[in-house]
Amino acid sequence: MLSVDNISLAFGGVKALTDISFDVREHEIRAIIGPNGAGKSSMLNCINGVYSPQRGTIRIGTETFRQMDPNKAARMGIARTFQNIALFKGMSVLDNLMTGRNLKMNCGLLAQALYLGPNRREEIEHREKVEHIIDFLQIESVRKTPVARLPYGIQKRVELGRALAAEPRLLLLDEPMAGMNIEEKQDMCRFILDVNDEFGTTIVLIEHDMGVVMDISDRVVVLDYGKKIGDGTPDDVRNNQAVIDAYLGVAH
Amino acid sequence: MTPAGIPPAAADTFPRLLLHHAQVRGGRTAIREKDLGIWLSWSWQQVADEVRATACGLAALGFKRGMTLAIIGDNRPRLYWSMMAAQALGGIPVPLYQDAVAGEMKFVLENAGIVFAVVEDQEQADKLLEVRSHCPLLQHIVFDNGRGMRNYTAAGVLAFDQLMARGREFDAAHPGFFAAEVAAGKVGDTSVMLYTSGTTGSPKGVCHTHGSLIAAASGDIAFDGFTADDEILSYLPMAWVGDHVFSYTQALVAGFCVNCPESSETVMTDLREIGPTYYFAPPRVFENLLTQVMIRMEDAAPFKRRVFHHFMAVAKRCGGAIMDGRAGSVAFGDRVQYALGNLLVYGPLLNVLGMSRIRVAYTGGAAIGPDLFEFYRSLGINLKQLYGQTETAAYVCKHPNGQVKLDTVGKPLPGVQIRIAANGEVQVLTPSMMKEYYQRPDATAESISPDGWFLTGDAGYFDADGHIKIIDRAKDVGRLTDGTLFAPAYIENKLKFFPQIKEAVAFGHDRDTCTAFINIDLDSVGNWAERRGIAYAGYTDLAQKEAVYEVIRDCVEQVNRDLAADPKLGNSQVRRFLILHKELDADDGELTRTRKVRRGFIAERYAQLVDALYSIASHCEIEAQVKFEDGRTGTIRADVRICDVAARTGVPMGRAA
Repeated sequence: MLSVDNISLAFGGVKALTDISFDVREHEIRAIIGPNGAGKSSMLNCINGVYSPQRGTIRIGTETFRQMDPNKAARMGIARTFQNIALFKGMSVLDNLMTGRNLKMNCGLLAQALYLGPNRREEIEHREKVEHIIDFLQIESVRKTPVARLPYGIQKRVELGRALAAEPRLLLLDEPMAGMNIEEKQDMCRFILDVNDEFGTTIVLIEHDMGVVMDISDRVVVLDYGKKIGDGTPDDVRNNQAVIDAYLGVAH
Repeated sequence: MTPAGIPPAAADTFPRLLLHHAQVRGGRTAIREKDLGIWLSWSWQQVADEVRATACGLAALGFKRGMTLAIIGDNRPRLYWSMMAAQALGGIPVPLYQDAVAGEMKFVLENAGIVFAVVEDQEQADKLLEVRSHCPLLQHIVFDNGRGMRNYTAAGVLAFDQLMARGREFDAAHPGFFAAEVAAGKVGDTSVMLYTSGTTGSPKGVCHTHGSLIAAASGDIAFDGFTADDEILSYLPMAWVGDHVFSYTQALVAGFCVNCPESSETVMTDLREIGPTYYFAPPRVFENLLTQVMIRMEDAAPFKRRVFHHFMAVAKRCGGAIMDGRAGSVAFGDRVQYALGNLLVYGPLLNVLGMSRIRVAYTGGAAIGPDLFEFYRSLGINLKQLYGQTETAAYVCKHPNGQVKLDTVGKPLPGVQIRIAANGEVQVLTPSMMKEYYQRPDATAESISPDGWFLTGDAGYFDADGHIKIIDRAKDVGRLTDGTLFAPAYIENKLKFFPQIKEAVAFGHDRDTCTAFINIDLDSVGNWAERRGIAYAGYTDLAQKEAVYEVIRDCVEQVNRDLAADPKLGNSQVRRFLILHKELDADDGELTRTRKVRRGFIAERYAQLVDALYSIASHCEIEAQVKFEDGRTGTIRADVRICDVAARTGVPMGRAA
């Protein structure tokens, strides 16, 4: 459903990405791995239009783009989470999730302010969708708690929830498990697999924990210094000499 | 439409009670559940319809009279309905603890001969599928919440909706079936099997009959005046006898409304939203709530804090008396202050706790501290204690309204007789007695005397007002050489109610006097020492400080004062004590994993210290081995002081609650 072809991105003289191509199939979990500074986040940023690559194209479904912009990406059903949590800290979990529905709300500002007729119906509809996500992610107990008061692992979950609230076809997760303890990681893995299974969402994720990546992803892309050095199933990648040299290392 | 009380005699089984309520109060709410943030309700008529569909569905799958149905999960309406459905077909529901691991479930599944199981979700279904290869009987697993279950293709795994759909088809094809099955039920049939936790040996299935449970519930309803207007929040495990009695049998007899929380983490919010009128919680829940309130008050603005503490002092002085209807004995000024406090502090506080509407609250199962008990009662919550066992359908004694005494468990309920055996054991004759332990005639004969009395294994006695006082397990109770009862757990609990004391071990069986080992609470005493500017290096150092000994001596003296007021235990006052040089630890085998002291082991291990307690020595040197968490062992050497405490004479000083 998504393919990037010959993407190159440079910041001045720094080549962040050089001639990267890979594809993402419908309904798969695709991992991007690589050492620090390999260009993983830049790749995600190109896909959802935060960065504009100098060369190459991005194809989503049947449409091909020279460059995306975030607005268009969101409308095409691409949602993402961030490496450093980017929630509205002072707002409740519920309100944060409701912001994820923003694009789906059709009523004008005035109607929303008055909370009448059609807007009321719309609001209730959206709330129901959001409640399903709350139920799905098992965050009922913090529904009305301001996000800033929650532990880190739960905030990550809320961020995933906000991305899900947009009912994306493609979900980009930037290090969803960074800084979590083992139990939180297991929970997050469960949720990612469940999202993939229940909602049929295609997922592209960046992750450093090799155990997690090898366990949950269908195919893996390996980047190093902005170049693609490996692509394939977890087993292929694990046995790829270039990948071992650059990233995985050998057992001592 | 609020007719109180006891349903007609014809409704003598739970399925018939359900149909009775559907007829009499069909439109009233029978059960609620919070789902997707919204409280959903079902009326009695709807519940009756759902149960009918469930029962027919089970029958269509081959569920027959006399079979057992395992029920595993949090408190969910459909799980309660499955219980009713099984009973309607003359089957026996067997609720299991939802947090048990698969291996633990295996015993019960085999023992009860489970063929059908209704489970809440994927987690429970996975456990059953895991043990199914060892339990060849188990065939059908019906799940309520379908999340994650889409790809399960194992044979016999079925969604609850599908079960009901099959039931509706079956019902249409056999229209008279359900009514005939309900009519075939008999009062003396086993209605439920509840497995005891089995701290000694393997779990035993306690069989109760429709008749015994309904008799017990009717007695309670008369005792506390429950009506169809009451509301209860069901959040304790369904496999526990308490939940079965409160949320199932009493609800079905009185016809009141049962509320199922959204999840086990949201209980506090749900409690506040529902505002139940009837509430049960074990002491630790009340304790956690109090701690939370106190912590939040410490963070409040100074003015608010002063108001809070002022009015809490007023409440402590007169709240209990006002609630018990003895307002006449309270000074006019205090009554005015209490009314003002109600407006400013107690009312809002109860609202936050979700307790504004509580008429009757119970606690039990463990000792509750006096301060804790008084805190809630002074706020106007009618908190009472009860006492009983799984075998006697949760309880046989309760505090009557207006006659609450902190250290008793109340009076026998109507129809219940209690006698004290020669060895001090409490024995009970009650209509709510279990029928038997499932397939364990040997165990049944051990616990029920030939003349039908249940042997509780607890030691206790009647006080002057006819209340029962439970002091310890009968096998632990000893006697001093002068014949005074010595109840170690009773003394230890009294000591442990002080925040400074973490653990205590009492000695005295076959001795002239009673003595004790004490473990101080490092957090509480450490904090106190810091504020006093007392420097210490660690537990061992702090424990042996003169000043700490003085603090603990004050505590012990207060316990002695309480004991002195008790005619039976008056002589078992703690005459000498020492503060142990190390904390008792489960890793060293001194505590059980559930943090109960292992008295025999400790007495042996520290025989030297016990001997010193019964000598005239003022200190004793001791060397003890300790196990560190990484498995290494080391030794702690210390010189432990021993402190004498003066005995009190019997000045009656009961803590009136």
